[in-house]
Amino acid sequence: MGAQGQDLTINGTAVTLSVDGDTSLLSVLRDRMDLKGSRIGCTEGYCGACTVLVDGKPVQSCNTPVWSVAGKDVTTIEAAERHPVLSEVQKVFVDLQAAQCGYCTNGIMMTLAGLLGQSPRPDRAHILAHLDERHLCRCGVHVRVLKAIDQLLAQSGGATA
Amino acid sequence: MSECPANLKANPLLSRWFRLDERPLMGVRSGKVELGQGATTALAMIAATELGLELDQIDIMPADTLHGPDEGYTAGSFSIEHGGAAMRWAAAQVRELAAQAAASVLGTTADQLVVEAGQFRRQGHNEGVTYWQLRDRIDLEVSALDLPAPVLHGGTIDGKGMQRPDLVGKLSGAGFIQDMSLPDLLHGRVLRPDHPQDRLLACDEAAAQALDGVVAVVRDGHFAGVVARTDEIALSALALLRRSATWQRQADLPPDDGLNGWMDQASPLSTCFLDEAQPGPSPAIRHAARYSRPFIAHASIGPACALAQWHDGRLQVWSHSQGIYPLRRQLARTFGLDHDHVNVTHAHGAGCYGHNGADDVALDAALLARAVKAPVMCLWTRADELSWSPFGAAMRMELSAGLDEAGQIVAWNHAVWSPTHLARPGFGDGVNLLAAGDLAQPHARPPLADAPRPQGGGDRNAVPLYDVGARKITHHLLPQGPLRSSALRALGAHGNVFAIESFMDELAALAGRDPLEFRLAHLSEPRGRAVIEAVAKAAHWNPDDEGGEGHGRGLGFARYKNLGAYCAVIAEVEVAETVRLVKVTAAVDAGEVIHRDGLLNQIEGGIIQAASWTLKEAAGWTQDGFKTRSWADYPILNFSEIPAIDIVLVTHNGAPSLGGGECAAGPVAAAIGNAIAHALGVRVRDMPLTPERITQAIHA
Repeated sequence: MGAQGQDLTINGTAVTLSVDGDTSLLSVLRDRMDLKGSRIGCTEGYCGACTVLVDGKPVQSCNTPVWSVAGKDVTTIEAAERHPVLSEVQKVFVDLQAAQCGYCTNGIMMTLAGLLGQSPRPDRAHILAHLDERHLCRCGVHVRVLKAIDQLLAQSGGATA
Repeated sequence: MSECPANLKANPLLSRWFRLDERPLMGVRSGKVELGQGATTALAMIAATELGLELDQIDIMPADTLHGPDEGYTAGSFSIEHGGAAMRWAAAQVRELAAQAAASVLGTTADQLVVEAGQFRRQGHNEGVTYWQLRDRIDLEVSALDLPAPVLHGGTIDGKGMQRPDLVGKLSGAGFIQDMSLPDLLHGRVLRPDHPQDRLLACDEAAAQALDGVVAVVRDGHFAGVVARTDEIALSALALLRRSATWQRQADLPPDDGLNGWMDQASPLSTCFLDEAQPGPSPAIRHAARYSRPFIAHASIGPACALAQWHDGRLQVWSHSQGIYPLRRQLARTFGLDHDHVNVTHAHGAGCYGHNGADDVALDAALLARAVKAPVMCLWTRADELSWSPFGAAMRMELSAGLDEAGQIVAWNHAVWSPTHLARPGFGDGVNLLAAGDLAQPHARPPLADAPRPQGGGDRNAVPLYDVGARKITHHLLPQGPLRSSALRALGAHGNVFAIESFMDELAALAGRDPLEFRLAHLSEPRGRAVIEAVAKAAHWNPDDEGGEGHGRGLGFARYKNLGAYCAVIAEVEVAETVRLVKVTAAVDAGEVIHRDGLLNQIEGGIIQAASWTLKEAAGWTQDGFKTRSWADYPILNFSEIPAIDIVLVTHNGAPSLGGGECAAGPVAAAIGNAIAHALGVRVRDMPLTPERITQAIHA
């Protein structure tokens, strides 16, 4: 597929990119849009460090071709200030210092923002199953992430069982 | 403390540590680097405390070989113990210099002054003068050795609610070396084989060169890489090189039996470094056992990355290395440059947990950048990160001991076989950067060596802290094994403590004694006893709990390196088809605590990572080469497998700070092994303690 115009919305701004449709969304975000908060991790969909929201749902941007998000709404960590749920998640993570190196953290926060933004809000077990499937953390900061999840669920009156 | 700390003695010029500029900030530069462990925040807190500044008045400057102090590697849990001691002393000296300048401005004497938020004032007065107002009167171009010993304030900062300045940025956008941008930056990728013994013979350089956007194809001996306008193009060019590459196999690998059988064929360099064997009456009971751990991957979440730029025969490198000075010397040696023609600036990377590919990729970037007139960022692939980064070394431990009639240990033998745990660049004579051996004019690797005692590498923590009668401890250093090995968090302590503490439980069982009571009966060291007693209390240790039916609890203890922090751990497990780690309780004595929340975070992370190594991780190989090319090949602990964690900090008045990031590794491994044995009545002595191994042990 050659370079062609790709229309999408990134953090609330409509953009048209002249880029090969098979280019990964991660590469578009980092290299074309200078949005570096989505990380380069494994580039094969295992570690989740690159997770962003597409139409509100968590998606691993490293193995998402940009053609597949044409016409859709992409949200990255850089938009936290304008995104109430994401900004709440970010605040709890910073308050609890739920990170060590922080490389995997933005992806985890994006996933949590996506899941907690759903209605009805998923329970803790569902969230953990989702994290198991799509996120890795090597520093071992899981305990603090779990604390953050409990706090976020409690803030919203969700079940923590 | 009455003597100038060693790291300051070696870098006595205060201007290497501090900078006062026009902004109302104090620039602070340590030689210890941020690895995601929060070290620079703790060091800034030490500086702030001594200087009388708020933390947000400190500007943490990146470590840099041109401007900063040389503090060697950031490793071995020494950042606070050594780096913090130097920072504290130097900061206190700067405060005293400033106080003298303030006294002359305010017309008083320094001892009449207090300093708060950077302002010196007389007690009871509101007016004062700040560091920045005194800027021209404070001479930082002065040697710490020419100044009197300062008064140190010291003290713990709770840190609850305090935010690491670097994390605030990372958690909202860019912040890592992979995120760096420079004018005209080009992107590089390097070709590496799938087999550790393969060398590149040929590849279709012309095809890669012909790709639109490729700036250079770099070939030097067995080294090959590409430089392109974008990383995507570099990856496409790399794929062309890989598809066309032919390799020469220098040797086949021995079979991987998962139990280090390859060690039988290796010729060790053996040192019996402690031999107290004395003739005496034969013990009533003798016992022997063998334990093992496999190679373990560092498995950083971020792939190795470096930036390099050449200008007028000088090399500038940005690296997430743990040792920017040793790396600078190794790069200078590789390129035949004077040291002062190479500068390495530290940039934050993802957690590394030891010697991973950070240094190797720095040479890769420098080799690629030499071929173009622009800066180059070189990034490793996930596959190379999981296979070409050095691994934590495989280990085999054989223990034997005797018990007397009273059930006390009377003799103790410990022998450990392992390839090196320390092949960091700059350690030993030679160049230990991956590509250096591949060049047309190759550089030899340093001769075989391991981390020297008393800290030790493969023999780290091989000497038990217990009173065990005559001890005989032997270290068998093996030549490089099937996989390249170097420092992984805790080095040999993970395997040795697993073995010693498993063996202590086995001996206690033979003596018919409670494992907790048995340990205390062999331990006179008061700080060691204190953490064991503290963890037993916190976890409600019950000597009458007979375990079984899949439920068990186990204890593990060590003083890290026999020199560092004390740590005792109790693990609770439920064993059915899988091992569920229910709870880990730890008691840690790390001396004076600088940043309580930071220390807790490090211990928590150490516990979880060690649990992951112990229960799940092994890096293997086949005749075709590496077996770990993707996360699918190398599972680590996931979110639903995380135990509850309870940490008790045991304080010890006046004891100096000891690092906390590595102390839990061995005790956690042993506590899990002992808990599984307590639950099932059978013991697994080979890590990882997988369901398959447990089933085998049950049916053995």
